Amino acid sequence: MERYIFYILAAIIIVSAIASVTSKKMLRSVIYLLFTLCGIAGIYFLIDYNFLAAIQLTVYAGGIIVLIIFSVVLIHHIEMELEVAKLSKKIITGLACAIGLGVFLTTIYSHQFNVVENFNSTTTEQIGLKLLSYEAGGFILPFEVISILLLASMIGAIVIAKGKKLTDKNESK
Amino acid sequence: MIAGISIYEILTVTSILFFIGVYGFLTRKNLISILMSIELILNASIINFVVINKYLYPDMLQGVVFSIFIIAVAAAETALAVAIIINLYRQIASVEVKDTEIMKY
Repeated sequence: MERYIFYILAAIIIVSAIASVTSKKMLRSVIYLLFTLCGIAGIYFLIDYNFLAAIQLTVYAGGIIVLIIFSVVLIHHIEMELEVAKLSKKIITGLACAIGLGVFLTTIYSHQFNVVENFNSTTTEQIGLKLLSYEAGGFILPFEVISILLLASMIGAIVIAKGKKLTDKNESK
Repeated sequence: MIAGISIYEILTVTSILFFIGVYGFLTRKNLISILMSIELILNASIINFVVINKYLYPDMLQGVVFSIFIIAVAAAETALAVAIIINLYRQIASVEVKDTEIMKY
């Protein structure tokens, strides 16, 4: 049963990722990205890590997608068509990506992983204790660093996006 | 771990997702589309962190904790990038890569 769910999720992820990078309409490509992110959240549910699935749905599907949609509708018309790359460039890039994928897959399939058979589930309690633990192997320092980073990026985003009024030089453009 | 699914199959899916992101990064000409391709690449790496933790070291929590940090960094990066793109659009009225060649006016 879980096998089939995984294959369905993988198909959704890959098909909508391909549609997202090849679609000519901007807004459609964002919505395809949303499907990809929801499929990835499904994989986290399947692997018994519900906390990360919830984070994925709220931060990515709820936050980042909305932010990108906002910037798209602020900057473009909804029906705007994207400029597409030349066919030769597409073919060369696709070829390079296929070669890279081949290298990755041969490396992965020739490596012997020591898989441990287990069905542990990660609870939110474990994650919280690990994040706030200051003993050996605890994550209190990265946690604080991330909170400083989020504060700094929030202030930076406000300062950058506020900007200055258009000067004469820019208006003449 | 997922019953009946080996680690190879999941790593195959994430590798394909990663290279779809690379393809979009190289062929798109629009800053917002490039940002979306970066999201695909980051998501592929997050799945890898979680899956390798869950399959190979089930008693540890390092991989699953670091995936949360990656998501936080990705959210900060996206917020800053969108701010820069909006500011850029005000200055030169375009978000195409070929038009953005000046760092400062």
